[in-house]
Formats: sequence, structure tokens, C-alpha cells
Amino acid sequence: MNETLERTGFKGRVKSAIDSFGLPRLIIACFLLLLFVMAPIVGADFATQITNTLNRFSWNAVLVLAMVPMIHSGCGLNFGLPLGIISGLLGATLSIELGFTGGFSFVMAILLATPFAILFGVGYGWLLNKIKGGEMMIATYVGFSSVSLMCMMWLLLPYHSPTMVWGLAGKGLRTTISLEGFYDKVLANFLKISIGNLSIPVGTILFFAVLAFAMWAFLHTKTGTAMTAVGSNPTFAKAAGVNVDKMRMLSVVMSTWLAAIGILVYEQGFGFIQLYMAPFNMALPAVSAILIGGASVNKASITNVIIGTFLFQGIVTMTPTVMNSMIHMDMSEVIRIIVSNGMILYALTRKTEGSK
Amino acid sequence: MTDAKAPLLEMRNIKKSFFGNQVLADINITLNEGDVLGLCGENGAGKSTLMKILFGMDVIRDTGGFEGDILINGEKVTFDTPFDALNAGIGMVHQEFSLIPGFTAAENIVLNREPVKKNIVSEVFGERLNTLDYNEVTGRAEKAISKMGFSIDKDMVISDMPVGHMQFTEIARELSKDNLKLLILDEPTAVLTEKEAEALLESIKRMSEKGIAVIFITHRLQEILTVCNKVVVMRDGLVVKDIPAKDTNIREITRAMVGRNVDMNAAPADSIENKTDVSTDIIMSIRKLWVDMPGEIVRNVNLDVKKGEILGIGGLAGQGKLGIPNGVMGLHEAGGTVTFNGEEIPLNNPRKCLDSDIAFVSENRRGVGLLLDESLEWNIAFPAMQVQGKFLKNYLGGLIKWRDEDAIRKITEKYINELAIKCTGPEQKAKELSGGNQQKICLAKAFAFEPKFLFVSEPTRGIDVGAKALVLDALKRFNKESGITIVMVSSELEELRSVCDRIAIVSGGRISGILPASASSEDFGMLMVSQVK
Repeated sequence: MNETLERTGFKGRVKSAIDSFGLPRLIIACFLLLLFVMAPIVGADFATQITNTLNRFSWNAVLVLAMVPMIHSGCGLNFGLPLGIISGLLGATLSIELGFTGGFSFVMAILLATPFAILFGVGYGWLLNKIKGGEMMIATYVGFSSVSLMCMMWLLLPYHSPTMVWGLAGKGLRTTISLEGFYDKVLANFLKISIGNLSIPVGTILFFAVLAFAMWAFLHTKTGTAMTAVGSNPTFAKAAGVNVDKMRMLSVVMSTWLAAIGILVYEQGFGFIQLYMAPFNMALPAVSAILIGGASVNKASITNVIIGTFLFQGIVTMTPTVMNSMIHMDMSEVIRIIVSNGMILYALTRKTEGSK
Repeated sequence: MTDAKAPLLEMRNIKKSFFGNQVLADINITLNEGDVLGLCGENGAGKSTLMKILFGMDVIRDTGGFEGDILINGEKVTFDTPFDALNAGIGMVHQEFSLIPGFTAAENIVLNREPVKKNIVSEVFGERLNTLDYNEVTGRAEKAISKMGFSIDKDMVISDMPVGHMQFTEIARELSKDNLKLLILDEPTAVLTEKEAEALLESIKRMSEKGIAVIFITHRLQEILTVCNKVVVMRDGLVVKDIPAKDTNIREITRAMVGRNVDMNAAPADSIENKTDVSTDIIMSIRKLWVDMPGEIVRNVNLDVKKGEILGIGGLAGQGKLGIPNGVMGLHEAGGTVTFNGEEIPLNNPRKCLDSDIAFVSENRRGVGLLLDESLEWNIAFPAMQVQGKFLKNYLGGLIKWRDEDAIRKITEKYINELAIKCTGPEQKAKELSGGNQQKICLAKAFAFEPKFLFVSEPTRGIDVGAKALVLDALKRFNKESGITIVMVSSELEELRSVCDRIAIVSGGRISGILPASASSEDFGMLMVSQVK
């Protein structure tokens, strides 16, 4: 009764609008807006800022999308994202090693990454099915330990391509590998729109849109429905004849595969493959982005992904530039670290769970 | 009675309702020093609520308090917390143990009332740092144990004890309180062996001789007759019988517990007449079923269900009636054989049951029955979609099975109308509905599945009278119109008798007997307590 009363009248309507959009998102959106307004004032080029934000959005969106399946199946936030990223890196390096070049090397990287993603995903899923209830903690350490293991493997695996190995030793992969001549900006330059300083990486955004649509469609199928039900109430799903473990396994494999694709998309935009400790810090920004987008630990939608990635990457891109221009000193890296970790912290405090 | 000596405890006109649901209506109980009062009644009769009121438990105040007066030695008292009740000399031994596993019996007995000695540190920093006086601890514990008359090892750590001894430790703890005048024992013998139970009864007698009044709650009626001098039977929030123990017998007590007017409540004549078409075919036969369901263990159940009937399964709580459907449906580990329509159904595999068109409405609505965070549409359509492929559109030759939102909407609206589900629309979240309406959603889910056989477990638990009638009518209609065989498990015998054709009573994890719904309440009552000695 009281609630209906409250929701009538202007004040009530404003309140319910805020409730449905979410106060945290509103605050962050306002802050981002403020940054956009301030950018020209402090002398940063507006069009460049927009371009940067869009670029970073397009690089990261698929990695954030990778969170969705595991959230739906109740496995929580995929802190084990580095595992999928490693599959992607294996695909990328193998594709170059085998001599593929240009745009085709991107396709091959995806194809080569897929079996690794499935294999790792199955193992990871098996582990998560053993420790129901503590998924996120275990996932974090799966991510960390897989990164450490691969630090050794990147040195030991018999790669020979001169573009990738250390120059003097002739073996062992370098920490950063340039993608020039391979799939550097292969998506970003596809159908690219450039107006003065403003450029829009249409290809990358389209690629994300296709994957996002596929995810949306999947969630509308019988299997997708079952996956959501497993996340919402596993006992209910079990009583309705759904194989809970199988659904969770499927979601983990999907998430790992999307992470592999996600890192390839990131690399093509960034222009470099980053090995060794680089995947270590990839999970938290993606987790934060989807939380800021309004997802809870067991509910997430494609809209959450898009809004979250845009807000998170927008803030992370804009703040350092604006601050730099304000204080006339190159502090961008420091500020970027403070802001991105601050955002992660903020997002994690916003973590909500559905009713059980 | 002239006021020569006021009774120890008097409860006058006690009334209590939970959320508009009256659970106690005008209870009057008087208890004198040294009286042993046996309190019995079916589950949900209001025994626990009454004791909670007497003991000043928080839950009573949180739900709006109660009406009526409690008088101790003729003086009106109000207990805001259990501590007030303790100070007034009331002790209670709960069904669940409240002991510290790592402490010895003696330490548990004097817990929070430990005798202490001053030491240098406590002289300076205050009495919270006093040292425990272990000699005194032992002494007091010994005294309490001897008062009880059943010897337990005071130095044994609780976690090493058999359950029976834990129970006695609890009793000794209450007895060690010097001002103890009234002791409430809530089903103390449920966990005891026969020998221990005898010892307990013996110690109850001793207490009563020492002038301590005891309220003894139990399902074992023989015990009440042995030890009590007064029996109070409660049913549906009323005291239906309050007589000296020597003037009654088990049969009379059982009748008071379960029956209303013994003859009037047989199943309505029409439902029996209509059942002339109940074939004698056995649709499901259960053999040697055991189910490991915590608190509802099924030991050895043999049961035949006839095609087209409504079979009721009744019995007291914890005897295993809930375990039967949960075991057959594969939600708890089970063994034995279940044959359905001549084919054996593998246990521990919910999917196999569903594939054979057996549906289950769980007693655990929120835990098993519903997707609380999802829409009513999803809740109703989900099992039928997953198991039978209903409400799906196939594309690419069945490769893509797309959710058919229109069909789902249609079926949801149909059941919202048919079952009069109060909601804002098919898209409302299940968690926002009231208990009764959630129950209707669970039924709609089963109906949408169009099963051949339906298990319904506690369909009316926690819902109001109006919703109850609707739910039961829906079940009857479903049985009659679609010829579905229904097995309904319920703690409320009257409800079973108004709906079912036959009623099986479960006791001690076994079927203790099957009677037609028209059998007398006494007979049902006897079956319920038959193996509970």
C-alpha cells in the first residue's frame, strides 16, 4: 500500500526512475558527463576523447560479455577470466607461429584458440562443480595460478617465429609482440568512420554486436532458459529434470571461449600481444564493468554489459586525460591505476545477490 | 477454591495470532507445585507457541505479542525475554540441544552462572576477570546430577556423549538453578533409548516429589500416562481436553488429538461415489523404499497406488512421510524399487521420473518449488519446457529451440484465472507473491506439465483458510477431470480425509496402515502412534 502511494506524484516517479536505473550507475554516468564537459574546458580535444572511449569500449566489450554465461548459471563472476585469455593467447601465438598473416591470422587465431578454450573450460568447470558455493574464490586462484604456469610455458614452448621470440636467444616468447603485418586493427579498420579527429571502430563494435546478439539469442533458447534457472535456483532446476552440473559446465566453457575471443579482439585494437603477467589483471576490470552495468552475482543482461563497459572504460580513459590537462604534468599512468582500481573497489561494494 | 494457596502457574485466556492467523484461542491452564502436566497434540496444534509465550521468547513479541495473562504464584508477570522467565524460576529444555560441544558436562551445567573466585587481576580490572572456581563447578554439577537421579559423567566432553546423555545434561543444567519451580521439557524422550527414557520418567517423578512442576511435551502417549498427573490435549489452538491422567487412556487422548466430530468428517459422500470408477489397477508400486532425507528418514516403505485415486499419506512430523515423495522423485538419496505402469523407475534421477510423466509439488516452496527471482511465466512453464519440449518453437530443423513467449503467456494467464492467483500479471516475480499464491503457482507448474501421476507434498502448509480450500478444490478437480492419480502428503489429517480416497499413515519410516478416509479418527490416531512407544 505504502509503496504505491510513494510511487505516485513527481517525487515518487523520480524515485522509481532512479531505482530502476540504479543509483550507482547514475552517479557514475553523471561523473562521466562531467568529464566530457570539462575536457574541452581544460584543453583536451573532445573528438579525441570520444574516439578513445569508443576504442576502449570496443576492445573490452567481449571480455565483459564473457561474464554473462557464468553469472546466469550461478557460478558467479568469472574471476578465472585469465584462463580463457591464455587460450586466446595460445591461439594468437600459434596462428603467427604457423605463418598466417593479415586478416586471415585473426580467423586462424580464433580457430586455434577454440580447442584450448574448450579443454581448459571443461577442466575449470569440473573444478567449479566440485566446490559449489565457493566459486568466485576458487576462480580467482585458478586465474592466478594459470597465469603463473604460463609464465614458464611461454619461455619453454618451442616457438620459433622470429617476430615473437627473444632476438638474442632465439627461443622463448617476448613479453610484447607487435601485431603489425598480422591482425593489427583488422576489425577496427573495417567500415571505419573517420570525421576529423573522431573515428569510430565500426568493425569491432559490429563484431561485439554479433556475439552479444548470439548470447541474447542463446538465453532465449531451451538450453539458455535452463541455464538461467540453474543460476536462479539449482534445486528447482534439478527437480525439473535439468542436469545442473552439465549446465554449469557449459556456461564455464562458453565463458572461457568468450574470454579467448575477447583477448583477440583486445589485441587487434591495441596492436600488441601481451604475454606473461599481462592476463593477471584482466579479470577485475571486466568484473567491475559488468557490476557497474547493474548486474548482480546471479543476474546479468546484455544491456548490463554495454552500459557497464561504456561507463567503466569511459571513466578510465577520460579521468587521466582531464586530470593531466588540469595539472599540466604527466601523471596519466598513476591516475589511471588509481581510477581503475578505485572503480573496481566501488563496483565490488555494489555486488548484490538475488534472493534465495 | 478458596485462596489457600495460589497455583504455581496460571495461564488465563491466552490468545495469539501470527499475521492474522489465529494459532491459539483462549487457552487456560493451571498448574500446582509438583504437578506433572502432559501436553500433547498434533503438530501445529499450538503447543510450541504456548511454551514460547510462557518462556518470553523474542519471536512472540516480534510478531505482535499475545493476549491474556500469565500468573505465577498468583501474581501477574510479563516476560520480555527468556531471562525474565529464567529469573522467575522457569526452565526449559528445548528440542534442539543448546550445549557447547567442546565443554564438559559440568561446565555446560553451570554455563554463564559459573561460581567464581576473585584474583589479583580481577581486583584491578573488575569481576569479568574472576577465576572460575572449579571445585565449586564440580560440586554444583554433582548436586544437579544427583537431583536428576540419572548418573552422567560430569567430566565428559559433550561432543563425546551419546545423544541421550546430552539430553540429561540439559536437564541437569536446568535443575542446577536453585530457584527452579517449573521445568518445561519439549519432546525430551524423542532421542532417548527405551532405558534412558525410563530413567528420565523416573527423574521427572523425583522432581515432582521435590515440588518442581513439570510440563512434559511428547508424542509418546504411554509416557504421559505413566508419569503425569494431568493431561492437556490441544488441537487447532484450543485446549480440547484437560483431565487427570488417571481418568483417561491412550485411545481417548488420540481421539482428542486428531478427531473433531468423529463421524462428521469422513470424506464427503460424493467423492466416494464418484470413485466407483477407480480401477483396481496398480499404477505405482513401491517396494522396500528407503530414503535418506534429514529429519524425515524413510526406512522401509511398501505401498501400492491405484490408478485414478487420491491417496493420502499422513503421520506425525519426522516420521518419514515427506521422505516418500522426495525419495521417489530423486531429490534425496533413496533405494528400493519403484514400478510405474509396469516399468521400473530408476531412483536418484529426477529426470527419469519426469520423463514418465510423474510430477511433484514440493513441500519446500521457496527452496525447491519456485524460481523466486523469475517471472510467473517461467515458473509455470519451465518443467514442461525442459522435459516435454512444450512452449518451444523449433528452427533449423530443431537445432534451435526458441522459447515461445506467446504460448507461455497464454498458459500462465490461463492458470492465473483458473486458480484465482492474485498477482499484477504473468511477469511478476514469484517472490513477490503471498504464500498461498506461491503454492498455486507450484500447482499450476505441475498442471502445465500434464502429468499422469502427481505427488503433492504439504500443499496447504502456511497458507490461509481461503487459499487452502482453493488449492484442495483444484487438486480434486484435477483428479476428477483429467483422471490423474494423486498422492498427497499432509500433516493435517482432516485435510487428507476431506480429499483422499485412502490414507496411509507413516510411522517410524514405515507404513503403519492404510485406511479408507471414512475410518474413524481414533483409528488413524492409533496408527500414528502405533510404533512410537
